[in-house]
Amino acid sequence: MIECSATVLVNDADHRVGTLEELRDLARHSHLLASLVRRDLTVRYKRSVIGFFWTMLNPLLLMIILTVVFSALFRFEGVEPYAVYFLSEYLVFGFFTQTTVTSMTSLAWNGGLMKKVRVPKSVFAISTTISGLINLCLAYIPLFAIMLVLDAPIRPAVFFLPVAFLIIGVFTLGVSLLLSALAVYFEDVSHMYQVATIGLMYMTPIIYPISIIPPKYLWVIRANPLTHLFKLARDPIYLGQLPAGHVIQASVISAVVALVVGWLVFHRLARNFYQHL
Amino acid sequence: MNQTSIQFRNVSLDFKLANQGSITSFKEWAIRGLTRKLTYRKMRALNDLTFDVPSGATLGIIGHNGAGKSTLLRIAAGILQPSEGVATMRGEIAPIIELGTGFEFELSGRENIFFNGALLGRSWGDMNDRVNEIIDFSELGDFIEQPIRTYSTGMVVRLAFAIATTVDPSILLLDEVLSVGDQRFQAKCNRRMMDFQDRGVTTVLVSHSLSAIKRICNSCLWLDRGKVRAIGPVDEVLAEYSDWVEALNGAPSGGEISARAPA
Repeated sequence: MIECSATVLVNDADHRVGTLEELRDLARHSHLLASLVRRDLTVRYKRSVIGFFWTMLNPLLLMIILTVVFSALFRFEGVEPYAVYFLSEYLVFGFFTQTTVTSMTSLAWNGGLMKKVRVPKSVFAISTTISGLINLCLAYIPLFAIMLVLDAPIRPAVFFLPVAFLIIGVFTLGVSLLLSALAVYFEDVSHMYQVATIGLMYMTPIIYPISIIPPKYLWVIRANPLTHLFKLARDPIYLGQLPAGHVIQASVISAVVALVVGWLVFHRLARNFYQHL
Repeated sequence: MNQTSIQFRNVSLDFKLANQGSITSFKEWAIRGLTRKLTYRKMRALNDLTFDVPSGATLGIIGHNGAGKSTLLRIAAGILQPSEGVATMRGEIAPIIELGTGFEFELSGRENIFFNGALLGRSWGDMNDRVNEIIDFSELGDFIEQPIRTYSTGMVVRLAFAIATTVDPSILLLDEVLSVGDQRFQAKCNRRMMDFQDRGVTTVLVSHSLSAIKRICNSCLWLDRGKVRAIGPVDEVLAEYSDWVEALNGAPSGGEISARAPA
């Protein structure tokens, strides 16, 4: 849409922005990206003293509840310690749902902003993903504390976690771009998605071990990209080993596909955002 | 001085409106789409605009509500893309379509200075150099460390104006933002506008206040239903506009209803 060298802006009806151009525009707005991330984090942690501790406390409380429920009420055989099994994926799932939902609301919410200043529109989904990743890293601190308390071994494989988070982050960004673009057009997308996340949670072996799935439904779990993606974060912690090659491969492929599809849809729809915001 | 800062060539903008009212639900869209009952009509918000703003000039834009004034400003800011034609802007642009755009009410005034600067394309370091000047101009004093939600409306507006006009643009686009604060602060804003003119900043000002336009601008564009009705020296255009408004008000009502563009 816009050709913008240092100081000349050509706003031409016939011009269509290419991906490269949009990326250059994003690079030029890197300080805006940093500011958005800083804003997200300050708003989250500043308001109350417990803001920061809440990120820590939240998984601890969850762990207590779920350990009670699944150790005393429903027991899954061979999942020990359950808290580590559950949390190592649940924290990532939390990151995924929170980031995608926030991206949807934030794009619509920042709509007023986009009518008043010229910013690359994808900057909101990107900043939400980055602040989500920072929160995710913080949320792993109490998990390590829990592991120490439960005497679960922490193996060198945990050094794979940054790579795992990166791949999961790319996938999440792709989904965020896709959903947030649709959410600008249709306000019910975000309601439908919130129901869908509950389905997703049960379609992914997060709270239960994959061994309880009857063989005839196993393909559903296997076809779900989240199964592989989240395993990237669980294996180094719960099993203390690197994820298998095919898991990494499947995850990288889903991440790249999600990003490309999300980007293309976002890019296509972004041109007419102003009519809907 | 003889260079043009803003050049519009046959710029038009259409909004697409669904004939069925706006469809905001995915389910509805899917059903309509499947049954092929989805039709659109075009609403022309800007119609074939051609004009130049020379470097250093101050152009006022007047016209009725819905004449397309804000839309024009958004095209100049690069926020909207024209449906036809080309708009070329030479120089660094600071659009102030609305004061307080992007303020985060949980953050302090100081933090908002940096955040707002980033929205206007300024880096942290850039804003760091200007932060004291902004705080001085806004007259907020110690309040600058408080979250903006504790501010009065006047304080928010003062801070916004201070930030927007301290970023030192070479093209300033203002939408109806000069009537801020009390009389004294308004005088201060006016002085700042004069400073801009002295420094050769090109300014485009949308306002309903004909007196503000008369005071600040040296040329004027009258926009009527998306078309340029008149452009030229400020006195001439204002006189023409006033005559027209008088004639309208004298005439039996009904002739005045203009097509409203979405703001």
